[in-house]
Amino acid sequence: MNGPSLDTIILSLVTFIPAFGGLLLFFFPRRDRDIRVFALVVALLAFALSLHLPRYLHRAQAGFQYEIDKPWIPTPNIHYHMGVDGVSSWLVVLTTFLTPLCVLISWRSIHERVKEFFVLLLILESALIGVFVSLDLFLFYFFWEATLIPMALLIGMFGHGRRVYAAVKFFLYTMIASVFMLAGILWLYAKAGSFDFITIQNAIRNGKVEGFAAAAPWLFLGFFVAFAVKVPLFPFHTWLPDAHVEAPTAGSVLLAGVLLKMGTYGMLRFNLGFFPEQSRANAWWIAILALIGIIYGALVAMVQPNMKKLIAYSSISHLGFVVLGIFSFTPAGVAGAVFIMLAHGISTGALFMLAGILYERRHTYEISEFGGLATPMPRYAAFFLFIVLSSVGLPLLNGFVGEFLVLSGAFQAHAVYGVLGATGVIWSACYLLWMYQRVFFGKVRQPVNESLPDLDTREHLALWPAAAAALVMGVAPLLWLNTIQPAAQSAISPLGQIASKVITP
Amino acid sequence: MSLAFQASQALPRGTDYLRILPELVLSIFGMIIMVLDPVVDQRRNQKALGTLALIGSLAAIASTLWQARAPGLAFWNMVQVDTFSVFFHFLITTITAVVILTSYEYMEVQQIRVGEYYALILFGAVGMCLMSSAVELVLIFIALEISSISTYILAGFRRRAAISSEASIKYFLLGSFATAFFLYGVALMFGATGSTSIPTIEQHLRSGSIPVLAYVAIALMFVGLGFKVAAAPFHVWTPDVYEGAPAPIVGFMSTAPKAAVFAVLLRIMFQIHAPGRLGLIWVAAALSMTLGNIGALVQQNVKRLLAYSSIAHAGYLLVAFAALPQNGIPSAMFYTASYAAMNIGAFAVVSHFGGAGERYVTLEDYSGLGRRSPVLAAALTLFLLSLIGIPITAGFFAKFYVFSAALQANLVGLVIIGVINSAVAAYYYLRVIVVVYMHDPRDESVLPAVPLELGAALAITALTTIYLGLLPGRVLDYASRSAGDLLH
Repeated sequence: MNGPSLDTIILSLVTFIPAFGGLLLFFFPRRDRDIRVFALVVALLAFALSLHLPRYLHRAQAGFQYEIDKPWIPTPNIHYHMGVDGVSSWLVVLTTFLTPLCVLISWRSIHERVKEFFVLLLILESALIGVFVSLDLFLFYFFWEATLIPMALLIGMFGHGRRVYAAVKFFLYTMIASVFMLAGILWLYAKAGSFDFITIQNAIRNGKVEGFAAAAPWLFLGFFVAFAVKVPLFPFHTWLPDAHVEAPTAGSVLLAGVLLKMGTYGMLRFNLGFFPEQSRANAWWIAILALIGIIYGALVAMVQPNMKKLIAYSSISHLGFVVLGIFSFTPAGVAGAVFIMLAHGISTGALFMLAGILYERRHTYEISEFGGLATPMPRYAAFFLFIVLSSVGLPLLNGFVGEFLVLSGAFQAHAVYGVLGATGVIWSACYLLWMYQRVFFGKVRQPVNESLPDLDTREHLALWPAAAAALVMGVAPLLWLNTIQPAAQSAISPLGQIASKVITP
Repeated sequence: MSLAFQASQALPRGTDYLRILPELVLSIFGMIIMVLDPVVDQRRNQKALGTLALIGSLAAIASTLWQARAPGLAFWNMVQVDTFSVFFHFLITTITAVVILTSYEYMEVQQIRVGEYYALILFGAVGMCLMSSAVELVLIFIALEISSISTYILAGFRRRAAISSEASIKYFLLGSFATAFFLYGVALMFGATGSTSIPTIEQHLRSGSIPVLAYVAIALMFVGLGFKVAAAPFHVWTPDVYEGAPAPIVGFMSTAPKAAVFAVLLRIMFQIHAPGRLGLIWVAAALSMTLGNIGALVQQNVKRLLAYSSIAHAGYLLVAFAALPQNGIPSAMFYTASYAAMNIGAFAVVSHFGGAGERYVTLEDYSGLGRRSPVLAAALTLFLLSLIGIPITAGFFAKFYVFSAALQANLVGLVIIGVINSAVAAYYYLRVIVVVYMHDPRDESVLPAVPLELGAALAITALTTIYLGLLPGRVLDYASRSAGDLLH
């Protein structure tokens, strides 16, 4: 690689190539096939470029890398400041990895307003990447809000049945919650005179922010509410099942795969980064909410008659692990949380793709409509089983590593957390395998299901990368953990001295 | 002082005329259009008169830019050219040009005889330009009347629609009532200070105790000007007039005269150091924001919805008037420009989509616009997002500057009301976007293609909206310098 020049523009390239592609696409003639191919090429290009980030990341070096910091607007003092560390670089790759799969999986299921769909998808990708690479709070907030509009439009324009209701609910929930974060950001700007993440963090650490001690609990809550709704943490989760059930497959994949991670990423970066004291003080009830999320999400998932809703509730359960891991303040817990973020993105993304493939054939997500599908669709059944097992947390697949690390971190923090959290693993085995059994085993009860076609080449192309990633992440987690661990360590370093005595409810 | 010298003072000099050059240019082009109107063949030369008006407004823009190099006083200190007046001249003449661009197609589709339409727009612009450079209350009143009378007539230009005549009459009756208030205020101010010249009034009010009469005068003038900018509680005419008036004219009315009146208000409130400013503004701003947004929540007609939204935006803008001068003036100027860009754009879409007789103006008509015309829908979405105040659009920084100016003046209560209102407002703007993209079209008929002129207008307003949202620095800098000029 040709050194520093690429390193400084790589983040801008990765962030804006999809949006630029989307803009070009807007002026394309309405030839659907060309549009799909072009979108795929753009998404793959962004993926290829994003691989540069973890590949050339200096593990030993603390702080942010590939930084670019240019003054942008003088009043208010806004900088175009981007940079990634071991955590965010992988989240960027997760985004660029899932988007081409989304393009593939939407190839045929989106046949109306194709151009609009792919334009929105690419703009969404840019906004998501932007969230993970921004180091200026204004820039961050812009991308954060910018994810909302294309996502809501994807749900509202291309979703199923009650799509408008779901889109509006999604939009209002997350928009209203992020107003609290905006208030916090503006307060910090007013006192610290900067939107810059690093500047503000240093100012806080050196006690240079006037009135911080009094305002910090409120600021912590302001940021936390915005992130908790996004995660979603119990009891802010009610928008998620609606959004997922009505969203088109690609929307669900990015929603579960990446959008939810914006929330946990935000907690790790901003709540822990700006407010270590308050994080410690509030950890007990956050951990309890996370545990409720793990167990409640799993129990509700178990009784869902709708496959997509089941996967949606399983996300609430899995994301509970992530929050628990982050607020255990242990190196293992935080690294595990980040690992789950990636693993969940891939396995749940794949689950939604699989559900979407079935929907394309039968136009329903009702589990009771199926049964015995292993006979007409053996390859599909095999893929489904593989992904279910990875999501359940079978050793040697990706789900296991993260959950193990989080649970070990939670045990260190408080034994009860570990024990309760561990039940979540059992629950997830229950609801996923039971669902699998009802859909694939037994006799084919519905005559329509007898002649369902198995996977075609395109669907294979969409599923293989996800399955391969699930396996590699399970077998060689160190490839990821090597870069995640230093970043996780530095995220909890302000809490370092308290890591041993930690949190007591 | 010798008699001969006084006599030479009594005649305007050459430079005096240069200081009103944009007004002169606009008047001359307006008169040419009036003269040519009966001569040209209406059916074939609809566009000729429009193009003439467009050239006139472009010439006015050019003369404004030229004027910027020679600031100074003219006509016995009644007119002042400085960065402040140049800002508003540029804004008003640009608005005029863009509105003329949006009118081309509209007039053809509505089959309205263009005739004096374009002339009236230009004459209106003369009044508005003069308002922003006049520093003498009587001259301001005359300019206000020039601008108002043109807009009264323009509001009733859809002669075949009863609702348009109603709009015109209503606007005229209430409007003349309001200007009477303004005039009464001017008279009282003369009684209180013995002058109608703004610098003299300022000196007088500063040098001694402030007479009660001055408070009353300011309040009365505020009533008159508040009516013109559609600020509550003087806003009741707005929805009816906006609903009835031709859509491009609503785009014009809701931006250009407002910009001019805000310029006058800035002079009166800040340059005079108006006594009792805070209380008046506080109440009017809070009421406008709240009533405007609540009213907009229940509207089914897009023009009425935008009318209520414009009341609310007048409220946000008034917040700046309660702030300290050095922050309040630039933020108000920035807001005026931003609002002009996004609102004219929105009304350009409305006027194209309305079709003959403005048949399609309800929210339901807009369902599925995203499918029927992706370009119009995308443009409308941009303008609505900017009206909400989403980052990277002009609307965001407009609100940001206004609210942070108010915070610096410790107006926490007003800012909280403003922020809550912005959140409420998001709902009804988003409702339009939801209808446009997520509802199925009621009518699958193909929309007429966007003509070149309208496309240009949309492009100008959209690019300005994004430019002010992406790089607000230069415009804000200029506005800050103007504030310095205004306050010396």
